[in-house]
Amino acid sequence: MRQVSGVGLLLGLMALPAALGQRSSGSPINSNQTQSFAIVSFKWEHVKEPYIITLWILVASLAKIVFHLSSKVTRVVPESALLIVLGLLLGGIVWAADHIASFTLTPNVFFFYLLPPIVLDAGYFMPNRLFFGNLGSILLYAVIGTIWNAATTGLSLYGVYQTGIMGHLNSGLLDFLLFGSLIAAVDPVAVLAVFEEVHVNEVLFIIVFGESLLNDAVTVVLYNVFESFVTISQENVTGIECVKGIVSFFVVSLGGTLVGVFFAFLLSLVSRFTKHVRIIEPGFVFIISYLSYLTAEMLSLSAILAITFCGICCQKYVKANISEQSSTTVRYTMKMLASGAETIIFMFLGISAVDPDIWTWNTAFILLTLVFISVYRVIGVVLQTWILNHYRMVQLEIIDQVVMSYGGLRGAVAFALVALLDDEKVRDKNLFVSTTIIVVFFTVIFQGLTIKPLVQWLKVKKTEHREPKLNEKLHGRAFDHILSAIEDISGQIGHNYLRDKWSNFDRKFLSKVLMRRSAQKSRDQILNVFHELNLKDAISYVAEGERRGSLAFIRSPSTDNMVNVDFSTPLPSTVESSVSYLLREKAGPVCLDMQALEQRRKSIRDTEDTVTHHTLQQYLYKPRQEHKHLYSRHEIMHSEDDKQDKEIFHRTMRKRLESFKSTKLGINRSKKLNKIHKRDRGQKRRNSSVIPNGKIPSENPLQDFTLKEKDLEFSESEENNDYETLHLGKGVDFLANVTKQNFTDTPNGDMDHDVEMTEYSSSDDQLNQNQSVSMTPLHFFPSCLQMPWTQNYSSLENRGNISLSSVSEYIASCDPNVPDLFWEADTDTNNKETANSGYGSEVSYKSENSQEENSLLIFEGLEDSYMKEPQEKKMLLDVQGNYRSAAARRVQSRRSFHRPKPLQHPKLQKLASLPASCHVPPHSLEQEETQL
Amino acid sequence: MGSAHSVPAEMRELADRTGFTSEQIEHLHRRFKQLSRDQLTIRNLRPESDGLADEINFEDFLTIMSYFRPIEMNMDEEQLDRFRKEKLKFLFHMYDSDHDGKITLQEYRNVVEELLSGNPHLEKESARSIADGAMMEAASICVGQMGPDQVYEGITFEDFLKMWQGIDIETKMHVRFLNMETIAHCY
Repeated sequence: MRQVSGVGLLLGLMALPAALGQRSSGSPINSNQTQSFAIVSFKWEHVKEPYIITLWILVASLAKIVFHLSSKVTRVVPESALLIVLGLLLGGIVWAADHIASFTLTPNVFFFYLLPPIVLDAGYFMPNRLFFGNLGSILLYAVIGTIWNAATTGLSLYGVYQTGIMGHLNSGLLDFLLFGSLIAAVDPVAVLAVFEEVHVNEVLFIIVFGESLLNDAVTVVLYNVFESFVTISQENVTGIECVKGIVSFFVVSLGGTLVGVFFAFLLSLVSRFTKHVRIIEPGFVFIISYLSYLTAEMLSLSAILAITFCGICCQKYVKANISEQSSTTVRYTMKMLASGAETIIFMFLGISAVDPDIWTWNTAFILLTLVFISVYRVIGVVLQTWILNHYRMVQLEIIDQVVMSYGGLRGAVAFALVALLDDEKVRDKNLFVSTTIIVVFFTVIFQGLTIKPLVQWLKVKKTEHREPKLNEKLHGRAFDHILSAIEDISGQIGHNYLRDKWSNFDRKFLSKVLMRRSAQKSRDQILNVFHELNLKDAISYVAEGERRGSLAFIRSPSTDNMVNVDFSTPLPSTVESSVSYLLREKAGPVCLDMQALEQRRKSIRDTEDTVTHHTLQQYLYKPRQEHKHLYSRHEIMHSEDDKQDKEIFHRTMRKRLESFKSTKLGINRSKKLNKIHKRDRGQKRRNSSVIPNGKIPSENPLQDFTLKEKDLEFSESEENNDYETLHLGKGVDFLANVTKQNFTDTPNGDMDHDVEMTEYSSSDDQLNQNQSVSMTPLHFFPSCLQMPWTQNYSSLENRGNISLSSVSEYIASCDPNVPDLFWEADTDTNNKETANSGYGSEVSYKSENSQEENSLLIFEGLEDSYMKEPQEKKMLLDVQGNYRSAAARRVQSRRSFHRPKPLQHPKLQKLASLPASCHVPPHSLEQEETQL
Repeated sequence: MGSAHSVPAEMRELADRTGFTSEQIEHLHRRFKQLSRDQLTIRNLRPESDGLADEINFEDFLTIMSYFRPIEMNMDEEQLDRFRKEKLKFLFHMYDSDHDGKITLQEYRNVVEELLSGNPHLEKESARSIADGAMMEAASICVGQMGPDQVYEGITFEDFLKMWQGIDIETKMHVRFLNMETIAHCY
């Protein structure tokens, strides 16, 4: 029913261009007649081409929506088949309206605009390890298999033709071989479209899919060779020509690959230096890959191979180099382009078929082609698999072979190639075209329809979507090492040995050239999984909160007495089965070394913080706002939510501050002093880094080195955002390490502070300040503040409400010469390895205060300059988000009811991996926690 | 030396025990000789040999290698299971450096640190935290919900097997031993 209505809608849309087209014929006359100035003129001709293209794209996209309205249909029928049918319908309508097939899939459009995105997508998201692990098999199927298919199909057809069943054709042996070569290749677009829905196991998938990608070189060569043979006609084909053909195969395939690799190198290199032009960063990926395609095409090499290998080779470096957002952009854009192109291809395949001019029916030829390609595909697969199984470690079983044979879909590449034929030379072009269309439709629709039931019926191993497990990754890594060692010892050069050599080479040379320094550090698969798990966990935690109806438990800052969620009931284990749930809930019982555990816990919280923060944004009260219209082409503006955050925070803060100012004006000034002081220091720091030997007390080489290092870091992590904090953390980590050394070495003195500041500085001044504030757990905070603190907090409702009164009290009780104390405190923390547990609670409250102070500081900054910099805005948000998630944290760990954990700036929290000495309070806290 | 393959009976016995074909054994033997410089045993050249064998002879060498044999097509379920267990046992012993039947956290950490040591930028701390995370994961898989005073001491072999459920090790832990001579000079 829905289908019908959808089609109806599309019919309506279809009528539009047709109607417009008719009207346009009349319009020029009108414009000629009216000499006077026309206020509104109808210029259909002017926009016709892009208009129609856009409309078609729209139609195709709408069709996709319609298909997916009913999940039943798409579950049974592959989308590609539906699109072809739709194309047939639309083509019929167009033809009925116009009696000319005006819209067809032209080879030019196909090869230049539709194919590259699909192949690039395939290459860029290629599971490299799997691909190269099975490269041997893939190559065999792609090269030998395709040649086999082409030769046998062509020859058999010719043989049958000789018997006379097909009647009379104007074709010779070479024409048949040419046809065989273009119909032989398995099509990447069709295979991808169908197999993506089938979910067979990854080895099977990669073999079929890899074959379809790599056989392009063979197809291109065979096609070119036979086409030229046809041109020079049969008599002139000599042995030399054949040899040339074989040589050209290697040139075309290897050349295409090399072009791809070269552009991949270029792309990776470029992406290393895009940090100041983040906004166009994703563009490079597309443009340079497309260039590789065009270059290969220009040199008449295999363009598909070029762009595939460009994607395959650059993915590692590009993904590491570009920012998280850019990477998301690339991902989505690529998927969008690819899937859009695919949609259009299939739809136009359908439309192109509706053209009586191209149809020449020859039952015998068409049927026999269908039979031959299926039969020879099966024979080819079985033969090759039989050979391969002698060498493969994971055998390809009968079932796999069936799926592989059956998955040999032909698609748009064949159609485009056949449409390229010159009907002067190939006189049976129309027959070939119609046969190709039939073959494509048959394989895509019939085989596509039946492959799913077949896979189910045969019980083909499917991909299981398992959670990535740390243990698995670790063991996997261990295996890599062990296996390459064993291969080495046993004296063979196998996969593992080669892989080991390659990864060594990659690490030593390639990565150094092609990856950003910051990216090199955090680039490790195990780390990634670790990170992912943490992230997932954090999300599930927040989701759990939402499930419980409110995020109040996260919001309410005071601990349990305010919690509206009853955490004493056991949590449903379905939601929380992952790692950090365990960490949270069972850390004590499991009784590992707590020091180390804390490291991990903290890092979980970091991600939690970020995630909580983002999730929270969605649940905020959304105020009406008259926001200034800001637009910049080069920056992505902060989203609405950000502005709302800001606004809420701002209002409440101002309210608070007004009352605060009226009473405690003096302190305010002292705070400002403090800030100015720090600014000075920031200034000095810059100076000192500019003139390396100018102000630094000790001239030892280590320091010089660190300064240089720091500068690098500095420039690298300039635009760190929330997502990139991992990298940043590393940077800070490193710096802090160095600092520790320096710090303990150097005597006290003003200059030392400067140096120290320098080393501690991570990305920007803001962070710097923040850090210095929250790094100071402030031994001089009076613990009597605890009471007002909790009281104040418990009365809070709005998320932006950061109570200032407690802070103000604190500040009042503080000496004016805070800055000096600062550094003393810092020194203390730095030198202290562990704190005793009794110390914990005190410290934690203090650092909360310091957090408070933090926000205050920033707010002052706001007062001064109404948030000029985006950096500052972000800071602000960070403080907020952090603030709340910290509350959440407190709630979440049941054992720490009375000891809220120290809050830190999220960026600072990336110090999680810091040496213990830099993080005294958290450790002490955790230790106490376990004793409970 | 040489006795191992010069006597066919001995050779057959080795082949039976390790599952290698005689060509493979011969090939491995050549390699062994190459490594041991025509001595009977390969000496452990590292000075600190705590718990490590001082020298291994060809038989040991072959036994170790046999752990990495790929599965054969004609194995039945039971054989497969045994085969799998053997491989895992080998791996387990690699982790369990003090051979007390448990991979303790410390041992696991050492392993992880070494695994990640290839990345010069990676801190030891993060390696440790990863090890800890993995250990927690292991605990959750093996023990499930734990009581508050329960202590997870380390991964036992049974737990180890549990962890490996669903991951087909057979595809991972094997090396293709070719019958023919490959370029045996990869150093």
